[in-house]
Amino acid sequence: MNISSDIQVWIAAALTLMIFSFLYKDNPFYKFAEHLFVGVSAAYWMVQGFWATLMPNLFGKIYPPMVEFAFPGFAGNDPEPLHIIPLIFGLLLLTRLIPPIATVSRLAMGLVIGFAAGTNLTRYLASDFVGQIDHTMVSLIDMSSGSFSLGGTINNLVLVSGVIAGLIYFFFSAEHKGVVGKVSRYGIWVLMVSFGAAFGYTVMARVSLLTGRMAFLLFDWLGLRGGA
Amino acid sequence: MSNMLEKVGTLDRRFIYIFIALAVIIPLLAQLEFPVKPSPIVDAIFDHIDAMPPGSKLILTADYGPSTVPENQPMFEAVARHALHKGLKLYVLTIWATGPPMIEDMKEAVIDVDFPNMVEGTDWINLGYKAGNQGVINSAFSNFRQAFPTDINGANIDDVPMMDGIERLADFDMIVAIGSGFPGVKEWIQFGGDPSDVPMAGGVTAVEAPLLYPYYPSQLLGLMGGLQGAAEYEAALVAAYPQFEPTSTQAIKNMGPQTVAHIVIIIFIILGNISYLAGDRKSKLGGGQA
Repeated sequence: MNISSDIQVWIAAALTLMIFSFLYKDNPFYKFAEHLFVGVSAAYWMVQGFWATLMPNLFGKIYPPMVEFAFPGFAGNDPEPLHIIPLIFGLLLLTRLIPPIATVSRLAMGLVIGFAAGTNLTRYLASDFVGQIDHTMVSLIDMSSGSFSLGGTINNLVLVSGVIAGLIYFFFSAEHKGVVGKVSRYGIWVLMVSFGAAFGYTVMARVSLLTGRMAFLLFDWLGLRGGA
Repeated sequence: MSNMLEKVGTLDRRFIYIFIALAVIIPLLAQLEFPVKPSPIVDAIFDHIDAMPPGSKLILTADYGPSTVPENQPMFEAVARHALHKGLKLYVLTIWATGPPMIEDMKEAVIDVDFPNMVEGTDWINLGYKAGNQGVINSAFSNFRQAFPTDINGANIDDVPMMDGIERLADFDMIVAIGSGFPGVKEWIQFGGDPSDVPMAGGVTAVEAPLLYPYYPSQLLGLMGGLQGAAEYEAALVAAYPQFEPTSTQAIKNMGPQTVAHIVIIIFIILGNISYLAGDRKSKLGGGQA
């Protein structure tokens, strides 16, 4: 056993234990760690926003010499006055903080929403909607490797029947009776299996994170043998 | 017996926490390891990178933060190690504000240890964090230099030798996105891999993996899902290049506790269901009293 003498490790270990203490019940140590996390996160994002966005993407474009001390790569760049437009829109967003002129912020917000919606719509349509439909149109008899593949055929049958049954389950224009009812029932099974897989993966993720924290406490902090 | 089973159903949840903690701690201390065999979906990534000729350009992203390090960092490091060993040009970047420290950790664990002679700017480059979520990918698709005008040190990428010939995303040979949420692998598929036709692979947390399987194999040539996916990539890497065994078995080691914890959870689920059924049967026999 070789306990760490690094103050950072001790702080991290103490905060980890404070968060774990919630498993017993809510307590002031947990609250302290939780609030500290929120505060530090907010500060981190603020600093990142300034140095990774405002400095290189705004000030560095409008007046490059202003950021040369931090971004030597901007030295010699020509100013791009058009970037004053995003500066104005950025300032408009802040008018939300001044109630009498808060409405003006909608101009900037509208631009943000319009751009995001327009960009996302085309890509979602191409990659998720059309792309996914395209990839569901597979041959039910898998001969892709040049000969008959039983595994591939079963895969394709499950894929195609699962998609069709899942869609029929959400098709409410026809009563779920007879053939439609049976296919819909199969659709429920498909959905349940997928929910089960998702839940299993979630459990796996949480245990992985617990393992990571435990490895930190046991090896990095307490210095016990081993090491993951 | 019946009473005992019913008591299991009302067991204080804190006892379950203790069992799970022990299921993780004991295998960790005992260094319990299980054999890991790469699955086809992970092997596809390994084989693709392994077959790329030296000098090929590979983008590796670190779109995650400290909260998912146990899952994402091993896959990030294993892919970086593999790419550098094969002589690929490695372009590391992130669209998560929490990504830069992850890249720094990778540098310390992989480049400084296994590839100390690799030169930043010639063999690999850290392009750092750029804000804008999928907008950054969209911008890089048409004009990579505009999206990433400087590297992490603020140097102009026009002065970086390994940026020669790169104007847009399609100039790269592969994208490997490691992520844990939004923006992440899905956005790289939608705004990067799909429109540019650059082969793409992903590595995600287990929570996210089921959402990304539909993209395999057409839009994603492979996917590493959670710690298991990372362990499988490490297993493939170590099997092909045994010299990395001392440094690239982080996820394989963590799969021991993972497996034991899963067994404990399965046992509790079975006991819980038996207890429920026993209670249900008793209430029916007792005239429906719950």
